[in-house]
Amino acid sequence: MEEFAALIDALVYTRSRNEKLRLIAEYLRATPDPDRGWALAALADGLDFPAVKSSTIRNLLKDRIDPVLWTLSRDFVGDTAETASLLWPAPDKAPSPPSVSEAVELLGGMNRKSVLSELPLLLDRLDPSGRYALLKLATGGMRIGVSSRLAKTAFAQAFDVSVEEVEEYWHGLDAPYDQLFGWAARGEPAPDIDNLPTFRPFMLAHPLEETVVDLADYAAEWKWDGIRVQLVRAGNQTRVYSRSGDDISATFPELLDVLPFPAVLDGELLVRGDVQGGAEGGAASFNALQQRLGRKTVSKKMLQQFPAFVRLYDSLLVEGEDLRALAWSERRARLEALMHRLPDSHFDISRVVEARDFDHLAQIREGSRDDAIEGLMLKRKDSPYIAGRRVGYWYKWKRDPLLIDCVLMYAQRGSGKRSSFFSDYTFGCWDGDPDAGAELLPVGKAYSGFTDEELKKIDRHVRQNTINRFGPVRETEKTLVFEVAFDSVHQSKRHKSGLAMRFPRIHRIRWDKPAHEADRIAALKALIRD
Amino acid sequence: MPAAAPFSWIRPEPWGIHVVPADCWVDPSRAVDHALVTHGHADHARGGHGRTVATPETLAIMELRYRTGAENDAGQIPHKAVPVEYGETIRLPGGVDATYIPAGHVLGSAQILLEHAGERVVVTGDYKRRADPTCAPFEVAPCDIFITEATFGLPVFCHPPIEEEMAKLLERLAAHPDRCVLVGAYALGKAQRVIAELRAAGHRQPIYLHGAMEKMCRLYEQHGIDLGELRLVSDHAKEEMRGHVVISPPGALNDRWSRRLPEPVTAMASGWMRVRQRARQRNVELPLVISDHADWGELTRTIEEVDAQENWITHGREDALLRWCQLHQRRARALALVGYEDEDD
Repeated sequence: MEEFAALIDALVYTRSRNEKLRLIAEYLRATPDPDRGWALAALADGLDFPAVKSSTIRNLLKDRIDPVLWTLSRDFVGDTAETASLLWPAPDKAPSPPSVSEAVELLGGMNRKSVLSELPLLLDRLDPSGRYALLKLATGGMRIGVSSRLAKTAFAQAFDVSVEEVEEYWHGLDAPYDQLFGWAARGEPAPDIDNLPTFRPFMLAHPLEETVVDLADYAAEWKWDGIRVQLVRAGNQTRVYSRSGDDISATFPELLDVLPFPAVLDGELLVRGDVQGGAEGGAASFNALQQRLGRKTVSKKMLQQFPAFVRLYDSLLVEGEDLRALAWSERRARLEALMHRLPDSHFDISRVVEARDFDHLAQIREGSRDDAIEGLMLKRKDSPYIAGRRVGYWYKWKRDPLLIDCVLMYAQRGSGKRSSFFSDYTFGCWDGDPDAGAELLPVGKAYSGFTDEELKKIDRHVRQNTINRFGPVRETEKTLVFEVAFDSVHQSKRHKSGLAMRFPRIHRIRWDKPAHEADRIAALKALIRD
Repeated sequence: MPAAAPFSWIRPEPWGIHVVPADCWVDPSRAVDHALVTHGHADHARGGHGRTVATPETLAIMELRYRTGAENDAGQIPHKAVPVEYGETIRLPGGVDATYIPAGHVLGSAQILLEHAGERVVVTGDYKRRADPTCAPFEVAPCDIFITEATFGLPVFCHPPIEEEMAKLLERLAAHPDRCVLVGAYALGKAQRVIAELRAAGHRQPIYLHGAMEKMCRLYEQHGIDLGELRLVSDHAKEEMRGHVVISPPGALNDRWSRRLPEPVTAMASGWMRVRQRARQRNVELPLVISDHADWGELTRTIEEVDAQENWITHGREDALLRWCQLHQRRARALALVGYEDEDD
């Protein structure tokens, strides 16, 4: 655990990507199995111990320190594991840290009840850095500036194998990845994943921004407003994976017996309706899809009311043949040829948007708001299917956001990189004429869209203009106007205003604009499309 | 004249603590006719007051800063400077006595004990309880009202022994003989303390300074604090600084200025470095938890030792310290003072 804790601390304080790779690779080479496998899994996937949650840590600490002091500390530090590691009372005896494997075994053996007596024993064996590393490992997300991809790249670098191959095997194996180390570090044969329904990393797109592309080389498709999924059938099992590679099969059981042959397909999961795409096989708005997301079990009623289907974009593997090295146009032709073998009830194909030239395409994109779709995708016709983002192959060209002027009402401190800064903002619009006594009603929350410099200024504004405190939430003077950008707005019961924005972010900070000139609720309501 | 209510002669206002019978202010954040200043940091020692009462060291610091104009453009040299030695009492108008007591924060820093009509009030300014070779140690002064800072007023703040932090710094220096370690440290107090502690840890090599540090270091030396051999970065070639410690103000850490250094390891000496994300926010690779303020343990211990009837909490994390007072049956209130900054300590 000491070496792992030292690695975590070093990673926290290292800026350079190369240095991070070097640190992880060095650790992986120097550490025995299965410790290094668990450590790699913790960095790349985050481990899951059902008995140890943030709330468990909170409860343990609240037995040892005044709850108000705990809350104020947690709020300032911005990270439960770190706060707990700092506040944990120093034990009397010298540390006797467990190995990573021992810690994993002990954590895995805990249940909701025993955790309350066993986790403290484990914490007492560690110093503050060790406690931090242990709690980070125990609660999943490390949030130390190491992406899953970076951890895998470090693994590849440590043992001189290709990261593409690592990615390929990764999703067919489980922590502590013994077969992976066997193959890369101990010269054993490569893992066999052909008959496993494993996830293949998605190909992603860059924003188009100022680039203009030639439609002779690029094809355009709608960017549908659902969730990107990968449907995998192998060894007589079908799985549905989200963009991050999470297995969401249980949430969409209707998709598990409709793919009649082994394949890996890329598409957009949508719910039937008439908002998106209209006559060409309609989908409902994202709001309807949201009813289906995040459920572990699905009722019959849900299945009937919000039936899911997949609008296909691409084919990666079909009946044992790997198509990923082929050009997009080739893969597209193969996908089109497959469609008659897939049931209409659960599949359609995302059509190619025809345009005379780039300007014409821009006009089509302008008009796309009425169809409640996110914008356009531009794909180079000769692009292979490559994991991750590669410059020049795929672009996303989102429609311009909607904008509205809102007034800052409440602020809360952020987490992680923004810890201790007031970086989470709730803002509102006027429910009538502010000069005739109208009030502000909250319409949304945003955490992004500003620079670090702007964050410092807003943080200062919040500190100096606090008029009320509700636990961690500060109510501020209603003086600061944000120009908020968002993708769409829907009816919602979550806010008093009855409205909810999609992807709200701070577009500009209007230090100059008086609050009473901010927009009214009615202006926002007029932008509802569903 | 009817007898005044207890302590009505001392009034907290947003821009400072008003000593009513004397019509003077403690550490006012705007220019006033008559100011009592606890120490030389710019947020406590503003320029432009008519008459400034402070320790000779603090007055020397203010004169240096405001005469050179380096620290604060708005600053001006005090019109009339009144020096008070530690332990010395001066009589203010309206029958108020002021005594300056060491606060242990930086060179010349003082708590101010105010006495009027048999009532005693102590304003700490900023303070710490740890030993510091560059200033006189904090003294506990019994009083009725204790007006304390709370910069690190959260139980997560526990400053480790400075020897441990020096060892971390020297270890990193030795591990990278081809690089330098660049330590961000506040120009007044922190920088000189880090240098003096490095010397105490046996580091005899020259230490390189950012230009903004030089005059303050010289002033410390004039007050009898030995800082060893100091060199200016601007006088030396990149090569010469390999394997050496360089000290700059925190603002210069990620500035273009640091490009003239040989692959610096970026360190920062601050109590905030206790929180990992704070270090990350400042792109610090080597966090050194060194503070010139009292940590949580020192703040609460001091409140107990002073044992005042009432505690007034000024700037910082006042909520938690208020809560602590409540849990320990001590009367306390938070003062909403503006203009104090604590981000760089």
